[in-house]
Amino acid sequence: MDYEIVVGLEVHAELNTRSKIYCDCKNAFGLEVNTQVCPICMGMPGTLPTLNEKVVEYAIKMGHALGCTINNVCKQDRKNYFYPDLPKAYQISQAEVPLCQNGKLEVMLDDGTMKTIGVTRIHIEEDAGKLLHDDSFSGSLVDLNRCGVPLIEIVSEPDMRSSAEAKAYLETIKSILQYINISDCKMQEGSIRCDVNVSVRPKGSDKFGTRCEMKNVNSFSAAVRGIEYEAKRQIEILENGGTVTQETRRWDDVKGMSISMRSKEDAQDYRYFPEPDLLTIVVDENKVKELKDSLPELPNEKLKRYVQTMGLSRVDASLIVENLDRAALMDACVEIGKGSPKSIAKWILADISKYMNDTGKSILDTPLTAARLCDLVAEIEKGTISNSAGKTVFEAIIAEDKEVAEIIAEKGLSQNSDTSALEAIAKEVLAANEKSINDYKNGKTNALGYLVGQCMKASKGKANPGLMKEIVTRLVNE
Amino acid sequence: MELYEKSAFELSEMLKAKECSAAEITDSVFGRIGKTEASVEAYVTVCEESAREQAKKVDEMIAEGKQLHPLAGIPIGIKDNISTKGILTTCSSKMLYNYVPPFNATVMNKVNGAEMVVTGKLNMDEFAMGSSTETSYFKKTKNPHDLTRIPGGSSGGSAAAVASGEAIVALGSDTGGSIRQPSAYCGVVGLKPTYGSVSRFGLVAFASSLDQIGPVGRTVKDVAMLQSLICGHDRMDATSKDIAYPDYAANLKNDVKGLKIGIPDEYFGEGIDAEVKDAVMAAVKLLEKNGAEVKKISLPSTAYALNSYYIISSAEASSNLARFDGVRYGYRTENYDSLIDMYEKTRSEGFGDEVKRRIMLGTFVLSSGFYDAYYKKAKLMQKKISAEFSEAFADVDVIATPTVPSGAFKIGENMGDPLKMYATDICTVTINIAGLPAISVPCGKTANGMPIGMQLIGGHFREQTLLDTANAYETLVGGFGSIPKIV
Repeated sequence: MDYEIVVGLEVHAELNTRSKIYCDCKNAFGLEVNTQVCPICMGMPGTLPTLNEKVVEYAIKMGHALGCTINNVCKQDRKNYFYPDLPKAYQISQAEVPLCQNGKLEVMLDDGTMKTIGVTRIHIEEDAGKLLHDDSFSGSLVDLNRCGVPLIEIVSEPDMRSSAEAKAYLETIKSILQYINISDCKMQEGSIRCDVNVSVRPKGSDKFGTRCEMKNVNSFSAAVRGIEYEAKRQIEILENGGTVTQETRRWDDVKGMSISMRSKEDAQDYRYFPEPDLLTIVVDENKVKELKDSLPELPNEKLKRYVQTMGLSRVDASLIVENLDRAALMDACVEIGKGSPKSIAKWILADISKYMNDTGKSILDTPLTAARLCDLVAEIEKGTISNSAGKTVFEAIIAEDKEVAEIIAEKGLSQNSDTSALEAIAKEVLAANEKSINDYKNGKTNALGYLVGQCMKASKGKANPGLMKEIVTRLVNE
Repeated sequence: MELYEKSAFELSEMLKAKECSAAEITDSVFGRIGKTEASVEAYVTVCEESAREQAKKVDEMIAEGKQLHPLAGIPIGIKDNISTKGILTTCSSKMLYNYVPPFNATVMNKVNGAEMVVTGKLNMDEFAMGSSTETSYFKKTKNPHDLTRIPGGSSGGSAAAVASGEAIVALGSDTGGSIRQPSAYCGVVGLKPTYGSVSRFGLVAFASSLDQIGPVGRTVKDVAMLQSLICGHDRMDATSKDIAYPDYAANLKNDVKGLKIGIPDEYFGEGIDAEVKDAVMAAVKLLEKNGAEVKKISLPSTAYALNSYYIISSAEASSNLARFDGVRYGYRTENYDSLIDMYEKTRSEGFGDEVKRRIMLGTFVLSSGFYDAYYKKAKLMQKKISAEFSEAFADVDVIATPTVPSGAFKIGENMGDPLKMYATDICTVTINIAGLPAISVPCGKTANGMPIGMQLIGGHFREQTLLDTANAYETLVGGFGSIPKIV
């Protein structure tokens, strides 16, 4: 039987606010253990939380980016459970009414088609600390630096039908978080984490199968592996006449397998109730609108525009979109309207990206302005300079901070595209190389290359090579 | 008359007039502690050395001619659930037997800022859960009027210390009557302020939506002075209300002409001792004779208040007390073989029976499948009770009721019967449910000589009206009497 995979995702993203969600401690990663803490985020008796309003603003921005309804009046709730990394023994989160809900996200799949994935909700909550293990100590140690780091949890509808769709969704979410600058999105630092819900059903069925939730998925590629493993596991169970049990599983990326953590019956009762230490969140309607208006063009919209309006390939478009500097340069060039977008994209992805990688610099910090890139591409397209001369111009712009025309003139890079002048050179060269012409006519096709090369040499390299080849080809065939 | 017998206001005037020194006042109070503390047992921690240093500092400031707060140099006892930097804060629990906070509660910053003299930390029911201070892990505080009787609770140490002269004033906390009830039992004045008027930052939470810190004193004026000091908006407490707070003590009046007093039938019914009803009604009559208007009113949902209170407070407590897990501070069991084992043993050994009872009750009412039937319903009842009060305050300025149904009972009398113990809160819990201010003032004695309290309830942030009315009553009866002899 053919099966269909059904995937829903819960993405946790740490927000990059300056301070934590309920106290004034710095929101920073990688500092010495238990130094970014205070009595409040350590949950000392008698302390109280006060909400960092930036967290609400950031979450509302994400809500707008994902087309959500914003609940500008909502509460925060306590989620109660015991764990040593949770010093209050409850996490302040949102249960019944999230800050944002009922959104959708349009993502582009690998083949360039668009797919819309429902976003159930986005809510704000606090992160917990971390348990550490040290060989010199037999028990666990706890680092509370991460306690109170603001998080948003983005819950999708079970709308994805493959690991590739899940990956496209995750990448789009990450890209949006970066575009609206509310998260550092450093996967290796755990600033984005996800829980994956997977079920399978016979193709064509409109009923969902029993789902399993997978935790500890720490990268997008792990999500892909996890989904594929889990779908295969579930299909095997069904094929063998068994039934899938609803449970929470832990993904072990090293072993490449998921392991059962707890069944539905053992699910924890979090005893949610409204957080009495905090007031109802009330965001002014105007503020909600202002946040919406502050959003830039989002990466998924940009991608669609690059592919569908500008004709870039799916791969090129996403390579540009995923990097804010590249996208900014691309958009500035398109705005100027000189040079074809495809050529500009090629420059951005080749020489400019190489330069950025080699130097670690942002292209925005160099003398290569959008205007100069447009000029450069336009000159190549007009045939004023050759592609290889273009590279010389590119290097000179960065090194000397000069205009394209200036560089071409100074370095004498312009090429000759005057047909009659080139024809004169060609005729002269051909007259002196009858043997090669005969070779060519006798089927030695590489003799043509030799002839073109001789013509180029005679032009002292200034001839437009494409045009010269055209002329030589025509003359020898006459 | 010894200095420890005087009111904070009198001592403040004497300090101003240089008739005595802060050191002499402190000396007098510690002399009294030396004599009576062995029998009263009001303190968990006595801070004699730091208190004497502070008194000396105040005397130096007076000598330098510095402008000081009226409460500077006045000895104050602090309930042991209010965080005091560098001083044990145990909540009278084994769980926090060794816990020293690294920060001060906002009220402590105010008390210290006013240069008051902190005498020590006062005994209480464990984590403020109880009505007799018998659930304290450390000791049983006695009622200064009869050492065989309870002082009430949970702020039993605060009321007993003030009543016995072991402190001039004290801070308590009130979640369901914990300031007013022991104040009534010990014959002192105790104010439960409007929810949101005194910062809870640093108060070890019992039930976050009901807890308020408040003052205890021997006179209404002392209570007004202390309330003026501790109230005010605090950005560290999101539930603290950002409004202008008057100087209650400076504005204090003793005139009740035209004051409308409501008498709710529901607070004078079954379960309230006749001598208590009579004493409260006699006090109301006295106010009426002096110009107040008395009106019968009805608060029909009162019967459901106790149930709602125990659901809401226990639910919040079960969550608030979950952090006491042995991981970071306080008590940790000695032998354990896993994390869960450590949690279970620590909490089984660290908490007393009453605390465990409330945690279990609260955990139950929040459990999936029961939430709607209990917690949600109790919150609805809370809305209804609040609405009834709002309606009542459209017609009257204050509502007068008994504070407690009877006089203080014998130590041990109710320990085996939690429901009977809970019933002593019947007149006080409603006020916390509605977030209102209420004050308890002494209004006579029972046949066996135990103090009776009258509770005056006001509208939100109407502390001034309550204090004015209480002050008028105190003036009319010529004061609340002297400190009992303790033998």
